[in-house]
Amino acid sequence: METEAQPSSAVECRNVWYRVDGGRALLSDLSLQVHRGETLVLLGRSGSGKTTTLKLINRLLEPTAGEVLVDGCRTVDWDPIRLRRRIGYVIQDVGLLPHWTVERNVGLVPSLEGWEPERIRARVEELLRLVGLEPGQFASRLPRELSGGQRQRVGVARALAADPPILLMDEPFGALDPVTRAELQREFRELAARLGKTIVFVTHDVREALLLGARIALLADGKLVAIHPPRDFLRALEPEVQAFVRALGDPVRE
Amino acid sequence: MNVFDFLIRNRTEVLQLTLEHLTLVAVAMAVAVLIGVPLGIVLTRRPGLRRWVLGAANVMQTVPSLALFGFLIPVPVIGGIGGRTAVVALTLYALLPIIRNTYVGISGVDRAVVEAARGMGMTGGQMLWQVEIPLSMGVILAGIRVATVISVGVATIAAAIGAGGLGVYIFRGVAMVDNQVILAGAIPAAVLAVLADVSLGWAERRLTAR
Repeated sequence: METEAQPSSAVECRNVWYRVDGGRALLSDLSLQVHRGETLVLLGRSGSGKTTTLKLINRLLEPTAGEVLVDGCRTVDWDPIRLRRRIGYVIQDVGLLPHWTVERNVGLVPSLEGWEPERIRARVEELLRLVGLEPGQFASRLPRELSGGQRQRVGVARALAADPPILLMDEPFGALDPVTRAELQREFRELAARLGKTIVFVTHDVREALLLGARIALLADGKLVAIHPPRDFLRALEPEVQAFVRALGDPVRE
Repeated sequence: MNVFDFLIRNRTEVLQLTLEHLTLVAVAMAVAVLIGVPLGIVLTRRPGLRRWVLGAANVMQTVPSLALFGFLIPVPVIGGIGGRTAVVALTLYALLPIIRNTYVGISGVDRAVVEAARGMGMTGGQMLWQVEIPLSMGVILAGIRVATVISVGVATIAAAIGAGGLGVYIFRGVAMVDNQVILAGAIPAAVLAVLADVSLGWAERRLTAR
């Protein structure tokens, strides 16, 4: 898929509208670019269209109008299966297959892609170590035998398994206790810097957005309000941005 | 003479009727599973059909079993006197629990899991075979189990249309006003039903993905 003329943005939304069966618009005229290798945070209240935007990127949904481009190619022109296998996807409830062991869950996409079993096993071990789980201890467990934080790590490992250039993360740390969440956020930041993936990260937690995002895109009622790097975000004048900054209470400073 | 003496004295006939009975049930269940499970899966993909298919299967269940056997006798090809008609009637009777449980089981698989599987790039077939069927296996098997136990009971009526089975003793006993002969049909039939229930329950626990 990597052609000579590589577009500068890994993901681009151009005047995207999304309506449910001709009804209310969940997204109105959304345009934004995600640069290659950056972590873009989509921030917004519940129902602001963050998750819808993610699902448009891996074509779980298709835009009503406008277009979403992945690697310069419209998602509707991609074979949805190929598209999704090169985009890692992590969601809040993790969605690990409850009847499969950790090993099989993490190796899901490689096995769909027809990798050799030994190669899958090696890759799974590598990934479990990467997300801080000892393979000997965790590989053969079932998801229900893990804590919330461990499950979320497995979810991240699974998303990374086939080394996709793009990662979509939908409030991956939302359901965790504050201590575990902070731990995973810290690790995630290091991991993201090390792996150089293009990441689109959805959250409603402004603290998390400031910590993890290279840029923060704020959505409200399906519209893009502002896109700023964290530093500018704190000083931005848009009322919705200020509402979020105020929600911080005591702003984080470096 | 008590029932057990009767059963022992006539053990060849008892065995033969039991085998007939089992064959009726086994063939009907095989056909019902082959029709009902795929149909239940289709309903999860095309919700518009649900009302019609479940409605029709429901009607089959509501018709009293003896009447259902009777209705089928004049029907060409599948009707007539004998085993074939009985198998058709038993199959129709077994469809509802199988279709319904397959539909309910697959629709009940956690949406987050299905969505994640789709987001990982699984094809429709891969999701069905690797995610949806394994995760709803317990519910589907429970439907098959219920249908089987019902079939063992209903199959006793097959004797009324000349299809054989343990019902032969029951009808003969009624005609002769001989309780022992009735029980000689009823007791083995009850034992079969309990065995079917226990063994399928065991299979259900073994095969259910947790």
